[in-house]
Amino acid sequence: MSLRAPLARALHHGSAHDGVGHWLIQRVTAVALAPLAIWLLIALLSLPSSDYPTVTGWIGAGLHPVLLALTLLIASWHSWLGIQEVIEDYVHGFVSKSSALLASLFVHVLFAAGGVYAVLRIALAGGA
Amino acid sequence: MAERPLSPHITRYRWAYTMTLSIVHRITGVALALALLGLIAWLVSASLGAETYAAILPLLTGIAGKLLASLAVAALIYHFCNGLRHLAWDLGFGYERVDARRSAVLVLAVTLIGAAVCLYFIFRPGAGAA
Repeated sequence: MSLRAPLARALHHGSAHDGVGHWLIQRVTAVALAPLAIWLLIALLSLPSSDYPTVTGWIGAGLHPVLLALTLLIASWHSWLGIQEVIEDYVHGFVSKSSALLASLFVHVLFAAGGVYAVLRIALAGGA
Repeated sequence: MAERPLSPHITRYRWAYTMTLSIVHRITGVALALALLGLIAWLVSASLGAETYAAILPLLTGIAGKLLASLAVAALIYHFCNGLRHLAWDLGFGYERVDARRSAVLVLAVTLIGAAVCLYFIFRPGAGAA
């Protein structure tokens, strides 16, 4: 026996109608990420050295800053969607779940912004 | 909350190795989320100048750094290959049991070979020398 009206129960436990959007964006970001991930993996592994001039030179060269920024943004987006799914499945209770979802969102946005800023800073300092 | 009917939990089903691939996709996904944070930390340290970068570089070129990088690379290759498998399913291909098992073996084989090649580049002599 609940004191809540049927409408209130339905509003909070039904579909929010954005499930398909989540599913689709997860796939679209995956497709976008596929070539970028291969590019980044091969590029990083074939760097002749991981010292400062080599790394910053590579980050700032040609289209690299654009591709890197894109990779970071799309990877963060894809990661946020995936972690959200994991939290929704394994973290129970309204407060814990909401806190975990919020924390994940904030960390993803913070790191994405920080990463893009770092790439731009290195690229622009290179005297482009 | 109202009692709702539940679908049979995972422990109700007879184990099949394709189920292991499914959960490993999730585990590698979470690992890659952490690897992304590491990649960004590396980029940020490089943006803070030569001295800051030189101070953190030993973390990256040390044995622990190389092992973590190897795990991240292996996770990436697995998640990439198995992700393609999921995309094929989303398009309606590969649902037959024999196909799903064949693609599972293919994902594992490509991951092993790809990871082995990448490990060579991570640990090759002179790799990551500062």
